[in-house]
Amino acid sequence: MTEVAALDIRDLGHAYSGRPILSAFNLAVPVGSHTVLLGPSGSGKTTLINLVTGLLTPDAGTIMVGGEHMTGSAAARDDLRRRRIGIIFQTLRLVAALSVVDNLRLAQRLSGQRRDDTIIDHLLDGVGLSHRRQANPRQLSQGEAQRAAIARALVGKPDILIADEPTSALDDLNAKKVAEMLIRTSNARGSTLLIATHDARLKAHFEQAVTLKPFRVVA
Amino acid sequence: MFSLAIAYLRDRILTTALNILLLGIAVATLVMLLNLSSQVGQRFEKDAAGVDLVVGAKGSPLQLILSALYQIDMPTGNIPLSAVDTLRRDPSVARVIPMALGDTFRGYRIVGTEPSYVQLHQGTLATGRMFGGHGEALIGSEVARKTGMSLGQQFLGSHGLGDADGGSEHEGHPFRAVGILKPTGSVLDRLVLVSMETVWDVHGIHHGDISHDHANGHGEHHQEHHHADEAGHGLHDEAELKPEVTALLVTYRNAFGAVRVPSLINRQTDMQAAVPAIETARLLSLLGVGIDGARLFAWLLAATGGLSIFVALLQAASAREGDLALLRVMGASPARVFGTIMAEGLITAAAGAAVGLLLGHVVLAFAVSAFERLQDISLDPWALHPGEAGIVAAVLGIGAIASLVPAIRVFRIDLAQTLARAS
Repeated sequence: MTEVAALDIRDLGHAYSGRPILSAFNLAVPVGSHTVLLGPSGSGKTTLINLVTGLLTPDAGTIMVGGEHMTGSAAARDDLRRRRIGIIFQTLRLVAALSVVDNLRLAQRLSGQRRDDTIIDHLLDGVGLSHRRQANPRQLSQGEAQRAAIARALVGKPDILIADEPTSALDDLNAKKVAEMLIRTSNARGSTLLIATHDARLKAHFEQAVTLKPFRVVA
Repeated sequence: MFSLAIAYLRDRILTTALNILLLGIAVATLVMLLNLSSQVGQRFEKDAAGVDLVVGAKGSPLQLILSALYQIDMPTGNIPLSAVDTLRRDPSVARVIPMALGDTFRGYRIVGTEPSYVQLHQGTLATGRMFGGHGEALIGSEVARKTGMSLGQQFLGSHGLGDADGGSEHEGHPFRAVGILKPTGSVLDRLVLVSMETVWDVHGIHHGDISHDHANGHGEHHQEHHHADEAGHGLHDEAELKPEVTALLVTYRNAFGAVRVPSLINRQTDMQAAVPAIETARLLSLLGVGIDGARLFAWLLAATGGLSIFVALLQAASAREGDLALLRVMGASPARVFGTIMAEGLITAAAGAAVGLLLGHVVLAFAVSAFERLQDISLDPWALHPGEAGIVAAVLGIGAIASLVPAIRVFRIDLAQTLARAS
């Protein structure tokens, strides 16, 4: 029996205002794997992330997340994303009105899980933020905020963790640390990892690297 | 999402506090006006119950009503004692209660009258007995409470109705408390009641045995009419020293009385007849203009509060578009995010309403303790008016309307574009 891929993209095509961004794009991400999407700005990485997470609907092709179509109605896409995908945004998007721990509690509740502070404490411990659980996001350093966003994305125990440019503002040492943390924490939670970045330094940390160029793919 | 709404409100605590304060002031103003106008109206209605006509010396009919019925103004003067019997003989008249005003005890009016005045206000004895003999006084519940008056205690009345300190005391004519009344919620609570004869005696007016006759409604008296002095002590004219009364409270036997008696008095005597219902309505109408103006101001204030919530939420929703998009991406339905913003507006409005209700009653309580006139109308600052529920509902409505536009924006957020933005 063939194992269902965590993410299976076939013949994906998408255009903005008539300008093609992606064309006949194919990608299979095995369960539990770590994949990096590399490419310069404008290569369609963020568009691909938005399509995979159901924030955009493709003009052509199919996207399967854990064997389920991400190309249905908006409500169906919302539901699938809520159940299976954890997202780390480039701008992190921590809710400034809530403490670090409350950001995680909110994400846990919205993902449909019951409140369980043990999981939250474990995650915060895993990213080294136990001592900052009550801190306001405004009080966090960039690195701390990055780690809080990683913990939040994983709190719903997603099948696939997607990160958009997670190391864009970091130096080599911190970029390496974040990459390792993403791999370690996603492994610990049993999540498949897919990150999109222009940072070629990360390629070495991932078993699968896909390079995006405008209109064609070089694998 | 309720806790998230609270977190957002806490996050901009100054704006939230100002909005709550703005709405609170509006609600407090409305609550005060509502209670003031309602309780004044109720009080006037209660004190006038059972009285169809007030007869007194010529002058302002409103002044006559205020002085004789509500005990809050100076009398217009005195009228002959014979008027009591004249009216009692009238077949259209069921009851005539005479009143003689002139003195006070620690700011509370001493009223010379008959026991039927107590019955008119449905007064009952808390202790002691009804007044009757010379110098015997029946004490209203508030007078007893505020002055610490006890049964058997003697006290002196002060000359005049002008102020709480009173004028010179009537040395040699002490009153003695023979009874204390239970609270009635009427003007009775603030009065000291004595017999008419006691009042005349205190002022050195010879009255012989006429009191007995007129009280029974069979006296034959032909007293002259004397106008009162402006200080309110118009009980007698020093030169004449003949018994007079200040006002008569008349109850008709039938509807025909309402047609005949007032016109008879106003046209054919030197007295005036004032109808409490008409004068009270006129007074409330005059007060109403001011109250309506203040009420309009308060509603404008409430609308300003609503507008302030609207602006605050609109700005917040705009600044937080990223948060709202994030909530949507993390799994919150549009309705849930919409509810969060609505909850913010409604919580602000509810807090404003709660603060306003409390503030309104606290300010009323302060006003009652600070202003004698409000004590005179026995304003209860802590009484809850059913209309307050309407005010709260209206303020919540304002909060909901103010939140609606910012909340609706949730449905128009482009998630991908919003999340792609830097902040």
